[in-house]
Amino acid sequence: MNQVASVASSAAPANSITASALRRHTLWDAVLKHGTRSAAITVLLLLGGVIVTLIEGSWLSLSTFGPGFLTTEKWNPVSEEFGALAPIYGTLLTSLIAMLIGIPISIGIAIFLTELCPPRLKRSISTAIELLAGIPSIIYGIWGLFVLAPFLQAHVQPVMISTFAGVPLLGGLFAGPPYGIGIFTAGIILSIMVLPYITSVTRDVFETVPPTLKESAYALGCTTWEVVRQVVLPFTSTGVIGGIMLGLGRALGETMAVTFVIGNAHRISGSLLAPGTTISASIANEFTEAETELYTSSLISLGLLLFLITFTVLAIARFMLLRLQRKAGR
Amino acid sequence: MRFPRAALLPSLIASLLALAACSKSTPSATEVAAGDKDISGAGSTFFYPIASKWADTYKKETGTGLNYQSIGSGGGIKQIKSKTVTFGASDKPLSVDELNEAGLIQFPAIIGGVIPVVNLEGITPGQLVLDGKTLAAIFVGDIKKWDDAAIKALNPEATLPAADIAIVHRSDGSGTTFLFTDYLSKVEPSWKTRVGANSAVEWPAGIGAKGNEGVAGVVKQTAASIGYVEYAYAKQNAMSHVRMINQAGKAVEPGIESFQAAAANADWAAAPGMNLVLTDAVGDASWPITGAVFVFFHKQPAQPENLASAIKFFDWAYTKGSAEAVALDYVPMPDAVTALVRQLWKTSLTDSAGQPLYR
Repeated sequence: MNQVASVASSAAPANSITASALRRHTLWDAVLKHGTRSAAITVLLLLGGVIVTLIEGSWLSLSTFGPGFLTTEKWNPVSEEFGALAPIYGTLLTSLIAMLIGIPISIGIAIFLTELCPPRLKRSISTAIELLAGIPSIIYGIWGLFVLAPFLQAHVQPVMISTFAGVPLLGGLFAGPPYGIGIFTAGIILSIMVLPYITSVTRDVFETVPPTLKESAYALGCTTWEVVRQVVLPFTSTGVIGGIMLGLGRALGETMAVTFVIGNAHRISGSLLAPGTTISASIANEFTEAETELYTSSLISLGLLLFLITFTVLAIARFMLLRLQRKAGR
Repeated sequence: MRFPRAALLPSLIASLLALAACSKSTPSATEVAAGDKDISGAGSTFFYPIASKWADTYKKETGTGLNYQSIGSGGGIKQIKSKTVTFGASDKPLSVDELNEAGLIQFPAIIGGVIPVVNLEGITPGQLVLDGKTLAAIFVGDIKKWDDAAIKALNPEATLPAADIAIVHRSDGSGTTFLFTDYLSKVEPSWKTRVGANSAVEWPAGIGAKGNEGVAGVVKQTAASIGYVEYAYAKQNAMSHVRMINQAGKAVEPGIESFQAAAANADWAAAPGMNLVLTDAVGDASWPITGAVFVFFHKQPAQPENLASAIKFFDWAYTKGSAEAVALDYVPMPDAVTALVRQLWKTSLTDSAGQPLYR
């Protein structure tokens, strides 16, 4: 704009200046429009390309094994019989454990930050949570293997095994030798990793609650817990669920940290303390050395399955966020 | 909530950057292969430490660099077949049919060994003795306790605890697993039918850890455990190794002498395409779980000058690389075998005019 003004104040005829400035504007507008549009289309092309590649790559395996691929536990690279049941089971179970531990802690942190925390502390806790999200997953893996797993093995798992021994159901869930690594440990690591995601979204939506609502509730004599329970959570429930879904998406796809601590066994065991595997851990472990086409194709099929699972989760999250936006706009 | 819209721009930029990075990296890789006369190779992660050590010294002596991508044996085989590298390296040899189909030759470059390691209270390194059949029974889950009669029979003097055996194996596909399972398949027929030999197998029992360092780590922190790692890891981590009873019935210590004995006692000349896995080798002093890294060349490469410099590199490594190999706990090839390999280069590698590339 400044340029236009300075050019306009010079001695040249007014008409031509306006025309050239206009041309320049139109040109830049066109460049910006087409540039940004092609950038946006690139994303669509990338996504489409990924989907096509996944389907093409998994075709051999899916046509060989059919729907049985989803229901077979066997995973034998020697005889080339592959089934995805154990990785699917491990993926869903570790994510479930992560959510069971991660959600209450995350929501607790968010409540503390928005309702109870002194402002000075608020900033440092928020920063700490964001830093937690920035730690590379391999570091979580190494920490899990060398610090958390030996600790669980020596102090936590023996107690769990002896406490629940003989109890129906629970006894089976916490049975077996305390290896330290396994489905349970992977779930704990994942719960730490999803914590920052759920916490920051939850905290943000808690802050969208109009202060008048909360103050009215306090004025009626509500305790903080009652305000959270009766006012904040109902007002923000869809947003909180959206945040949980984001965390779940992360937990479902996490690879490196899980690979280190899950024990990588293609088996389904009744016990949570037993080793298992997840979809992404199987792919990371075996892809480099998968020599035959059927083996590679089966791993890509696993990738396709994970894509479908996370896509569903993220679609639900988007839907929840959309509903929240509408609600906030009203 | 402005979340979705705000997130769009950074992710766009990130994806464009990723795209740009992708399109950039491919031509530069080929430039290196074609222009600077650097040798390009890919494959076995086991080969990587010695390959980079040799590359370093070779660059200083000759000015020719080596760009070795440690992407795994399977990847190495794929890359050499698709001709994106000058040589591929794998812990597992290819069959003669596969070699002919892809127009490749293979030769052993360096030897390593796989060592069973244990974490048992009261057992000193090298004290425990096992044979192949017992090892197979442990890893298949038939022998469950350390004081099992079969283990006691081999170790009459050791005090073995009544503890459950915790089995640790590799979770990632690896040449180490291939050598280990190949050996067990050779000595125990039921292993062959129940598990088989491959770089990844369906383990009937135990927990999987990623990489040699993962197995070493889990064995170290799990009491009453057994696992298997490459020799260098067992030695450098001072792990409690197991002495194995070889085909000749002798208990041998793992080490450079016993690996080299296995390689020297093998009849390479009689193996078509040098397709020979050294496990369960004959000879009194042979370590039974020994294996070589195999390097693949194209018989008639598209760029003969690249292969010529790769041949020079391996020729140099055979002649001058031994001390560095030993320093990194690898075992250099015995002279009798390198003579055979040089003969193979002379007879089978030609440029497009049919002239031999190595004389």
